[in-house]
Amino acid sequence: MPAVIDVQQLHKSYQDTVAVDDVSFTVQEGEIFGILGPNGAGKTTTVECIEGLRTPDRGQISVLGLDPQRDRAQLTQRLGAQLQESRLPDRLRVAEALELYSSFYQAPADWRQLMEVLGITAKARTPFGKLSGGQQQRLSIGLALVGNPRVAVLDELTTGLDPQARRDTWELIERVRDRGVTIVLVTHFMEEAERLCDRVALIDAARVVALDTPAALAERVETEQRIQFRPSVPLDHGLLESLPEVTSVIHRGDVVVVTGNSNALNAVTSVLARRGIIARQLRVDQASLEDAFLALTGRHPGSTENQEA
Amino acid sequence: MAVTTAPPPARRSAMTQLTMTELRLFTRGRAGVGLGLSVGFPLLLLIIFGSIHSFSTPVKAFGGLTTLDVYIPILLVFAIALLSLVAMPATLASYRELGYLRRLKTTPAGPARVLAAELAVKLAVAAVTVVVIVAVARFGYDVAAPRQIGGFIVAGLLAAAALMATGLFVAAVAPSAGAARGIGAILFYLMMFFAGLWLPIPDMPKVLQHISHATPLGAAVPALQNATQGQWPAWLPLLTMAAYAAAFGLAAARFFRWE
Repeated sequence: MPAVIDVQQLHKSYQDTVAVDDVSFTVQEGEIFGILGPNGAGKTTTVECIEGLRTPDRGQISVLGLDPQRDRAQLTQRLGAQLQESRLPDRLRVAEALELYSSFYQAPADWRQLMEVLGITAKARTPFGKLSGGQQQRLSIGLALVGNPRVAVLDELTTGLDPQARRDTWELIERVRDRGVTIVLVTHFMEEAERLCDRVALIDAARVVALDTPAALAERVETEQRIQFRPSVPLDHGLLESLPEVTSVIHRGDVVVVTGNSNALNAVTSVLARRGIIARQLRVDQASLEDAFLALTGRHPGSTENQEA
Repeated sequence: MAVTTAPPPARRSAMTQLTMTELRLFTRGRAGVGLGLSVGFPLLLLIIFGSIHSFSTPVKAFGGLTTLDVYIPILLVFAIALLSLVAMPATLASYRELGYLRRLKTTPAGPARVLAAELAVKLAVAAVTVVVIVAVARFGYDVAAPRQIGGFIVAGLLAAAALMATGLFVAAVAPSAGAARGIGAILFYLMMFFAGLWLPIPDMPKVLQHISHATPLGAAVPALQNATQGQWPAWLPLLTMAAYAAAFGLAAARFFRWE
């Protein structure tokens, strides 16, 4: 499949801070591509170069074969953007905003239908300033999609939303992708990236530190497995401890918690099977994207390194 | 999710939509001064001045004109200045502060069209207000309508150009919407002082009269007064206004920030 977005050796500095340092990646048609990283890592600067809002110091960017700086007129017809911290005039109403933005494009979507899809038809006559955070975000997504774009760049999509509104927004994004829109998603929420993204570029301190599917990124991290179960009969001491794959066994009442390397689950279940012991309420905790993030950057995803430019 | 493409005909152009949006938002009276106040305030002053009996008797110091005659051009520039210096800079600066202009940069419309729409709306409202004031003065208070129409229109347009260019410059350099509102208001009162709102120019001491003539509205008021009396306005005030329009217009274009 052809690359919809191609970023090669992108560099961008502000005064004495390097915001983006040699960032390269490609985004394939129809995928949801995540740009993940702590605050101030250079995520927003990177997508703003893609949107043509910022001029790179060095490097090449091609979006749908267009140069974001030189071919602005064509690019804006095909790329929809949702910016971080961009608001509408407080007294502009939902329907008015959608109708206004749809007038900018050659072949816009039907904004009334879009309003329906976004679930804000009941708010058509409500001014922007009176909408809830989730509704404002929905409208903002709507404005990014009203031009029928082939690519949508969504920056900090669900920041500031409550968990329910966040889940609703995720569903919405999946439906947008199903329409064939390629999506670039900037986020610092692990759960969001794990749930939505086909591939993720992990950006830390202005550089791409890893680029893969969320599952592959998580697998890369060698962390211990934690296995928890309730055996059908009490276990002999030493039965599991003697296994080379297991590092520790803790008995909590009738619950057994085993930790070990990535093969521990196999070893434990085969021993139990040989003895005819059933492991009830078996639960295995595996490394998540969050563990991967921690291992690769040494930081929690939400932590702030420096101010996002 | 099947979203079909809207049929291209019967759609309004981006410029029309943006202009309608600006007008709508203005009627809803947001940042700064809304439509009602912009038109209503100068009209209210006209009604008050028109109701003062002594304002309708000829005054020797004004060359036989009544005080109301002298005040009509002042009220006209008052209306234009309120729109250009108070309403417009606050609106544009708030758009920048919201990130609205930046967001428009990612659309085919671009932020410059919003600026054009805003100017068009303020200019249209200014024109309507001027016509209303002249008409109410003529038919309500028996003040003679402008006799040199061409000169009156040229003087009015140059006054509007000078004021709007100044307003754009304020919007360009103000760091925030609050600052734009403050700077705009100070300039408004200062310019209205030199236009003779509190003390008509002929009543000012000579020094103040000279300073006044060098300000945009101190130039506009005599020019409008001359045209009203049937003479083509003197060239100096017209050139003064044109110079302000050019200087602040260029400076605004040079310094305007979209984000």
